[in-house]
Amino acid sequence: MPKDSGIGASSKRREDVRFLTGRGKYTADIQLHGQTYAAFARSNMAHARIVSIDTAAAEAMPGVLAVFTGADFAAVGGNPAGWLINSRDGTPMKEPKRPVLAHGKVRHVGDAYAAVIAETVEQAQAGVEALGAVFDELPAIVDMAAAVANPSNRVHDEIADNVCYDWGWIEDNRAAVDAAFKSAPHVTTLKLINNRLVPNAMEPRASIGVYDPGTEDYKLYTTSQNPHLTRLLVAAFVLGIPEHKLNVIAPDVGGGFGSKIYHYGEEALVLAASKRLGRPVKWVADRTESFLSDAHGRDHVTTIQLALEKDGTFLALRTETLANVGAYLSNFSTVTPTYLHGTLMAGPYKTPLVYVNVKTVFTNTAPVDAYRGAGRPEATYSIERVVDMAARELGLDPWELRAKNFITPDMFPYTTPVALQYDTGNYQATLDKLVELSDKAGFEGRAAESASRGKLRGLGLSTWVEACGIAPSALVGALGARIGLYDAATVRVNPTGNISVMVGAHSHGQGHETVFAQVVSSMLGIPEANIDIVHGDTAKIPFGMGSYGSRSLAVCGSAMTKAVDKIIAKGKKIAAHMLEAAEGDIVFENGNFSVTGTDKKKTFGEIAFSAYVPHNYPLETLEPGLEETAFYDPANFTYPAGAYACEVEVDPETGKVEVMAFTCADDFGNVMNPMIVEGQVHGGVAQGIGQALLENTTYDATGQLTTASYMDYTMPRADDLPMYVVDHSCSTPCTHNPLGVKGCGEAGAIGSPPAVVNAVIDALARAGRPVAHIDMPLSPSRVWAAMNA
Amino acid sequence: MYAFEIERPSTIAAAASALAHDGAQALSGGQTLIPSLKARLASPEVLISLTGIGEMQGVCIADDGSLCIGGATTHATVTRDAATKFPALAHLASMIGDPAVRNRGTVGGSLANNDPSACYPAAALGTGATIVTNTRKIAADDYFQGMFSTALHEGEIITEVRFPVPHKANYQKFVQPASRFALVGVFVAKYAGGVRVAVTGASDSGVFRWTAAETALSANFAASALDGLTVDPDGMIADLHGTPEYRAHLIKVMTKRAVAAA
Amino acid sequence: MTQVTMTVNGKSVSGAAEGRTLLVDFLRGTLQLTGTHVGCDTSQCGACLVHVNGKAVKSCTMFAAEAEGAQVRTIEGMANADGSLSVLQQSFQDHHGLQCGFCTPGMVMSTSALLGENPKPTEHEVRAYLEGNICRCTGYHNIVKAVMAASGQEMAIAAE
Repeated sequence: MPKDSGIGASSKRREDVRFLTGRGKYTADIQLHGQTYAAFARSNMAHARIVSIDTAAAEAMPGVLAVFTGADFAAVGGNPAGWLINSRDGTPMKEPKRPVLAHGKVRHVGDAYAAVIAETVEQAQAGVEALGAVFDELPAIVDMAAAVANPSNRVHDEIADNVCYDWGWIEDNRAAVDAAFKSAPHVTTLKLINNRLVPNAMEPRASIGVYDPGTEDYKLYTTSQNPHLTRLLVAAFVLGIPEHKLNVIAPDVGGGFGSKIYHYGEEALVLAASKRLGRPVKWVADRTESFLSDAHGRDHVTTIQLALEKDGTFLALRTETLANVGAYLSNFSTVTPTYLHGTLMAGPYKTPLVYVNVKTVFTNTAPVDAYRGAGRPEATYSIERVVDMAARELGLDPWELRAKNFITPDMFPYTTPVALQYDTGNYQATLDKLVELSDKAGFEGRAAESASRGKLRGLGLSTWVEACGIAPSALVGALGARIGLYDAATVRVNPTGNISVMVGAHSHGQGHETVFAQVVSSMLGIPEANIDIVHGDTAKIPFGMGSYGSRSLAVCGSAMTKAVDKIIAKGKKIAAHMLEAAEGDIVFENGNFSVTGTDKKKTFGEIAFSAYVPHNYPLETLEPGLEETAFYDPANFTYPAGAYACEVEVDPETGKVEVMAFTCADDFGNVMNPMIVEGQVHGGVAQGIGQALLENTTYDATGQLTTASYMDYTMPRADDLPMYVVDHSCSTPCTHNPLGVKGCGEAGAIGSPPAVVNAVIDALARAGRPVAHIDMPLSPSRVWAAMNA
Repeated sequence: MYAFEIERPSTIAAAASALAHDGAQALSGGQTLIPSLKARLASPEVLISLTGIGEMQGVCIADDGSLCIGGATTHATVTRDAATKFPALAHLASMIGDPAVRNRGTVGGSLANNDPSACYPAAALGTGATIVTNTRKIAADDYFQGMFSTALHEGEIITEVRFPVPHKANYQKFVQPASRFALVGVFVAKYAGGVRVAVTGASDSGVFRWTAAETALSANFAASALDGLTVDPDGMIADLHGTPEYRAHLIKVMTKRAVAAA
Repeated sequence: MTQVTMTVNGKSVSGAAEGRTLLVDFLRGTLQLTGTHVGCDTSQCGACLVHVNGKAVKSCTMFAAEAEGAQVRTIEGMANADGSLSVLQQSFQDHHGLQCGFCTPGMVMSTSALLGENPKPTEHEVRAYLEGNICRCTGYHNIVKAVMAASGQEMAIAAE
């Protein structure tokens, strides 16, 4: 029987009512008295020296209040990279300054070099057009291989070969891996591109800066996945505003997918401008501006090799990757292609030897950073494509080849050759479930039916493991992280027994307001309706590292349960006093504190009231009040895993691929709200199918973004996608967090692209028109061209 | 957007005189014009909205049997009101944009803009339609003059389009996956006097007739009649979504499908 | 600036608008009805979808002046008179047809127009009608389910 509330129930989302009635409050919806508007002057050249910017004409335009250029921020700090990566030779990465506004040079189309503040949006835009900027255009550096090969042409004048770092993982493995390849009976080699994507949260970025001259306090409303990190970056690195004088509020946020993790220059600009003007300054991106200036994702060029025995036993795996970081280092850009990618290259397999090399390259393109999955989709795609190709080369069944090489349940905890320790899993179980749910046995019949309509049907799969809830802080610090990766929560029990929970995670679609309340409800035995989840406001919540990397429940949820445990522990002390019993004899169950073996009890509400009206209370030993905060730093990552199957039909005349079925067998550990978990998988799979078939971000040779709107960037639409079959019954709970949860936010986007591509390759092979590989997206024209090469 | 005024005349005569002023531009649904205004690609002084002109609305049958559509008639109205009289045209209208776009976009607006990937030009050329303006009648074969270029004079208004109703017809649209405009669209129409085949989306020169296919299909209206034909990729559009060779190939595929479905 | 008058969610309203003022800006700015959203500049995402004279229209691709005298309905006017969610809105909640909520007003307005035209659509018809509404969160699965359920058609999906 499905539960109807608490942990494990598909509780309906409480946040839905405001969204369904138009009462959501997103940043762009906020109108402040006296607000002004910012518009940004963005470079239409990929690479140029700024010779001069004449602001006089703009300043004289009607309604224009102020003009800012890079010179206004020359004395303040840059927006830093959050992770220091060392090269193979031990030297630290190259770390150019990322200014609020471009200064000296513009480095990508869309790079903001000035901002105009005016009374209206239109006046600000007119002011931008009146700017007299003179540029000396430089050759654009777009292609990564050319960027590395041509040291004289530099994105940053001080970085000779445009390489941020040349990273090896694990360098000590390299010789053994190379030796294994020399003696291997079979080597499969695949060169592939992991296509560049734009996250495209439906809400464009927006920010409002508000300075109060009376208190000298700043407030920033912004579209952020982690307001505390934004506050920290603005305060400690960029503008130097004291942290206690800056309140960052991320109200309702319309999706993020990674793109709103980072601090962007526009946020600093509206804050600085509000101080200068003494009025609120608002900026809302349009979609083209978002395409030009949001952090993009993926963009790897990889050669991957798999060494095998003739029977399919994996012997060794190695990769060489060029990872595009764009023109500047966005906050998580250096860790995404390294510790979130290279460490995953063992996948769910017991490959004994793995070596990963990543060169991260500056180009005259928008910054590239974590996008849903962040490194793990790149790793999974590379592994699952080369495994599939190896099966075809050796004449082995791709399903059986995977199973043959799985890490088996008896091997956990399992330390991979790329230094992760998987705590638990059962990869065969999810594969078996996939065989069942995808009706693999019935595939031939469906293929024959497709053939009768002139279509080529194919079946592809991927089996994968990923890592969520990046941690622990001590380890990541040793690896170069400049932040901790714990989270925090405060549980405030009000005198009447209802509860406010202030959490450091940020919900921008994930449903935390509902799920977190379910957890607290189950733990305290009080109705979900009596619990409010508060997030997104640095003035209200203790601290937090926000939401990304499928970490919210595994990390912040764990902090929350720790805080609830403290509430219960204090409640027991109060109850012991009130019930005149020993604290050790108090048990807490179903919302009641009772004396074990008796019918003496106090309700949770009575204890809460007593804590705030402490007339009968152990004041000499216990503080009044009932509010607890906990910080939680995980002992390890969590390791969700699963098996995905995709069935496609290819139209051989046009090359168009239609997804006929998509099946997911996931292991997320314990599931708090199945409805929400399934919704997360649906969305992730849609983005993965989008990457595999539809989406691509392209720059031409001059560095112009040729996919800067929905006219050319193919967003997945309802008629591109099937109904999905999603299952999470194969659960091996996480062994090291209190809820046994692993995280589900990114899995769909991680596991799905190779399943789709493998299905298309399978369809063509079955039709007797084999193609070794097609790079994503497998658009009709690309599939047709590959079939007719 | 730059600043401009909007006028909403209720007669063709009033619209024509308003459009005679410098800086005036017609607004006929605006589903293409408004996005280009947002991108600050145009700076009219005044927009003359044509959608409030009653005499430019609606679908009817003329004395000669052709289907007449008022220039300000929306795609949604054509989808509904042409469904029994000219199903292939109604079907084409139903594939333009999305439901909300079809509730605003008009046949006159589409033909006046002559986007090389729009659907209506294929129907107009494929049927040998007559484009009726406030001053004259223009045969479709004379009307289309390359992408975004037509025989219309400055300020001239498409008041009506007359489509000869074929015995058989079909439109096949292979969409550009992002914009959902036609990557290749083919309109095939069979008349007593022969077959017309018009292709949109494919050519650098905008909509065009595939005359070799017309000859073959006029002799034998069957998909197999096209087997020996190929389309020269020279002059086809090359972009992110398809090479000239791909488009040339698709023209034949879509033409065959249109014939089979007609 | 001219004065524009229209009926929005049953109430007559008027306000000043420039020629270039889009209907969506009039709704969001002048009328403070911020439930209607803007997600793109090219008339594709559908976050701005409203009903004008009963028809689905992208309010970012129509000028306020063109809505003079029109009946306009927005997401703020979709709930029942007593404030409870309409059948369609309730179905979106029941079937988890929304996540971040940003596209949701457009989705509700679009699919309510669909159900007005076609009370028992097929899954294919729902997906086709949503060609002009982009959602980045849900993968559309639960939106389709919600619309089908609101039309009285529950979908059978394996593993659910």
